Amino acid sequence: MAKATKSTSARRDAQAHIEMLRLETPFHPRLEALSQQNDWYTWAGYKAPLSLWDEELEYFAIRSQAALFDISPMVKYRIEGPDAEAFCNRLTLRDVAKLKPGRVHYTAWCDENGHVLDDGTLFRLSADRFRLCCQERHLPWLMDSAIGFDVEVEEETETIAGLALQGPTSFAVLRAAGLDGVERLKPFDLATFPHKRGTVTISRTGFTGDLGYELFVDARQALSLWDRLMEAGRVHGIRAIGYTALNRARIEAGFIVANADFVTAEHAVRADRVRMPDEIGLGWMVDREKGHFNGRRAILKAREKGALRHVLVGLEVEGNVPAEHAIVYHKGKREVGLVSAAIWSPTAKRNIAIASLDRPYGDTVTDDLWVEIYAMRELRYVKLMKRARVVERPFVKLARRSATPPGDF
Amino acid sequence: MTSFDDIVIGGGHNGLVAATVLAKAGRKVLVLEAEDETGGAARKHEFHPGFRVSSVAHVLNRLHPDVVKALELDRLGLTLEGRTMPTIALAPDAGPVVLRGAYGETVDGLSLSDAAGWAELRALLFRQVGVLKPLLARRAPDLEAMSLSEKLALGGVALSLRRLGKEGMRDFLRMLLMNVDDVTGEFVENDALRGLLAFDAVQGSHLGPRSPTSLIGLYFRLAGEIGGAEGGQMLPKGGMGAVIEAMHAAAERRGVTIRAKAPVSRILIEKGRAVGVVLADGEEIRARTVVSAINPRTTFADLVGPRELDTGFLRKILNVRMKGNVARLYLALDGVPSFAGVAADDHAGRLVIAPSSNAVENAFNPAKYGEFSPEPAMEIVLPSLSDPSLAPGGACVLSANVQFAPYALKGGWDKGKPKFLKAIVAQLERCAKGIGKTILASELLTPADIEARFRMPGGHWHHGELQPDQMLMSRPVFGAGGYDTPIDGLYLAGAGSHPGGGVSGVPGMNAARRVLAEK
Ligand SMILES: Cc1cc2nc3c(=O)[nH]c(=O)nc-3n(C[C@H](O)[C@H](O)[C@H](O)COP(=O)(O)OP(=O)(O)OC[C@H]3O[C@@H](n4cnc5c(N)ncnc54)[C@H](O)[C@@H]3O)c2cc1C
Repeated sequence: MAKATKSTSARRDAQAHIEMLRLETPFHPRLEALSQQNDWYTWAGYKAPLSLWDEELEYFAIRSQAALFDISPMVKYRIEGPDAEAFCNRLTLRDVAKLKPGRVHYTAWCDENGHVLDDGTLFRLSADRFRLCCQERHLPWLMDSAIGFDVEVEEETETIAGLALQGPTSFAVLRAAGLDGVERLKPFDLATFPHKRGTVTISRTGFTGDLGYELFVDARQALSLWDRLMEAGRVHGIRAIGYTALNRARIEAGFIVANADFVTAEHAVRADRVRMPDEIGLGWMVDREKGHFNGRRAILKAREKGALRHVLVGLEVEGNVPAEHAIVYHKGKREVGLVSAAIWSPTAKRNIAIASLDRPYGDTVTDDLWVEIYAMRELRYVKLMKRARVVERPFVKLARRSATPPGDF
Repeated sequence: MTSFDDIVIGGGHNGLVAATVLAKAGRKVLVLEAEDETGGAARKHEFHPGFRVSSVAHVLNRLHPDVVKALELDRLGLTLEGRTMPTIALAPDAGPVVLRGAYGETVDGLSLSDAAGWAELRALLFRQVGVLKPLLARRAPDLEAMSLSEKLALGGVALSLRRLGKEGMRDFLRMLLMNVDDVTGEFVENDALRGLLAFDAVQGSHLGPRSPTSLIGLYFRLAGEIGGAEGGQMLPKGGMGAVIEAMHAAAERRGVTIRAKAPVSRILIEKGRAVGVVLADGEEIRARTVVSAINPRTTFADLVGPRELDTGFLRKILNVRMKGNVARLYLALDGVPSFAGVAADDHAGRLVIAPSSNAVENAFNPAKYGEFSPEPAMEIVLPSLSDPSLAPGGACVLSANVQFAPYALKGGWDKGKPKFLKAIVAQLERCAKGIGKTILASELLTPADIEARFRMPGGHWHHGELQPDQMLMSRPVFGAGGYDTPIDGLYLAGAGSHPGGGVSGVPGMNAARRVLAEK
């Protein structure tokens, strides 16, 4: 439990994860048993699979079956107390007063310079209890932000296990698992359901742009939840998947990843790498009417002065070679930005990319953009100059994502 | 109901100066002072029947000439001429060293070689102070958005640096961050003189003479002037309270409304803009701008509150170091004490007990660990000698700043205070035999007492340590270093802002000018 405290040792104790180089998630025994590829990477200090058996087929599990993805490494904080709403409102960009209990919203938060510290999802579990999920650890920041608020902030990354169940049959899996009432969840709703002697919190959220749910459970109940879903999902084609597949789905859905598509303020070493919300496509979150929040002054001032220097856009690139980390040019000559993520989208059947451009390119100047792709072909680079068009995100829009009641199979 | 252009929170001297400068420009100004009377740490009071003292600040050495001019204080009964006094560095065994004129233009009690060494050091210090002085008078340079006049002023600093010459510039850059002990050791041997310089350098701060950067305190001190004497000092007739009376009169003459017993409990903020204040009794007063001439931490952490501030900014504000180290002593004596080796006339000067640089360092050491100095260093004045109205006939007031007295004493001040008083009297006794027997009444204020009685958090001299990391645009913190703050319409004007504390009026004057410039 971490009240706002300045004691370094108390803060250190609250961040025991620092001691361990690579942690295993509560689901690790199951993942390890399924891992044919032995293809692991490190996600926020945890051992996590890039792929388990076949990254192509894992991707298609998301789009045509039900994919089970371990999201336990996601950083999680419990925020609770009479001032929890006020605290979250001062911390984040969107108006938390509008977030009703039982709802989730996607949000972001900034430092006093208006530079984004992280983005994440805020779950309102009850009137005075929230869960904040994100990429990076923020306990010291959250505790300093708690000064003057009657609120408790607790790191629960280790103690709460999480699973994403995504794909067209995901609802059918949950129903088959006996989780009655899930059918009532609309996108961004959450509710708790009995599991074993405790509960599981299920939200209709996800990172795939598909029909899908996220499930949070006490780490001690993690394996029993996994088994329950796998058992129920057998006839619905449930498959465990790794990050490579999920990453494709999230690019199709147009979602950005902190420290992949933008550099967070606390990670950035170079002064010009930090980003304001408007510079990474999150300007819509900024609620100037709701009262003070971190970064408000700096953001409004930058808007007023026209000092926003970057813009994040979706690109459609001609051809079929993914433009990953390609340089973007205007008129084929002037360097105007960089692609941070790109794939050939199997669902959209388009060559898509997420890129950061220097304004006015991508903002008011969107014609005549090109990307330079270096394709390695048997120890020789083939240099491709391909035309790129700024397009709407998401690249893939699926009606089943938001249909309520959800499709059953 | 009258409506005001500006509300000034705090009727300390800086608040009065800010209010007067604003009113002079034609604005309607309201000063809200929590206590019964204005003056803050520059007030006076009667601590024992018939015995009056300057409550906290007692020696006037940096009231800025521009402030005197802007407020026309000389025409309002404040006499600065003819009252400068010498400093006597007490040395019970070897005999005192006396600095006369503007901080030792002439000196008594030094060997020939030390006299030469002092002349050289003094000239060098004043040359270097000449570079810093404009920086310590104007708004700190704003690196992000510098106006032309600011650029010119900074250019002026660069120019005066150039004027030092190649060697002078090298000396300056070498010395700037040195400790005062090493510097004085290069020029003089006399213990009493080195002790005095060490004391003056660390006065009011949590530093010993051997702490890195301690020389800056001496530069700061020498950047002050009074009555045209650089580094000079005086006891105003009527005590520090007389300065306040003149400032109060100046404010009222310009039409400033001053309300005492009006503690502000909250600054009203709407859409990121300060629009007024709420008093402790709930009364709401609105104005176009709010100028806070009280402690910066109190201003932000308490009156504005965390909710209107960014986490990063609040973090910085809460990290400002402001734990005082100076205790205040008043003694009512039934006769004039006699300090060993000091001429009768010189008793009206500033008497400093700092027998050597080492003695000051030794006095500081225990303070690092929350203990008071067993042999404290002291700055003593006997104001009733130059102003007999301050004590009954034949009697005498002794007023002293005593170092080091850590804000948070191990074991608490309740238990520690009587012991500390004993140590102080013993130290006085070493320099003025028999003084103990003449004490009619005494009062000792620890930093904790000063905090409570004068609303100075930490009881700190400067409302925040005056060290390089908390100076210039980083005073009190970066983001509020130019008197304007992250809250539109809210300005800082107290000693916690650049250039710092002491009765100078500079923060108040600069803040008012900033408000006027941003109209
Ligand atoms: C022990 C000690 C000895 C010192 N000796 C000297 C010396 O000899 N010479 C010298 O030049 N300097 C000396 N100083 C420093 C000097 O006293 C201060 O730096 C200076 O007085 C600060 O002035 P100010 O106007 O900025 O603040 P203050 O004098 O602190 O004035 C602030 C005013 O605001 C009021 N206030 C506070 N909160 C509120 C509120 N919420 N609402 C309304 N009003 C409020 C206070 O009552 C006070 O009147 C000494 C300081 C100390 C601690």
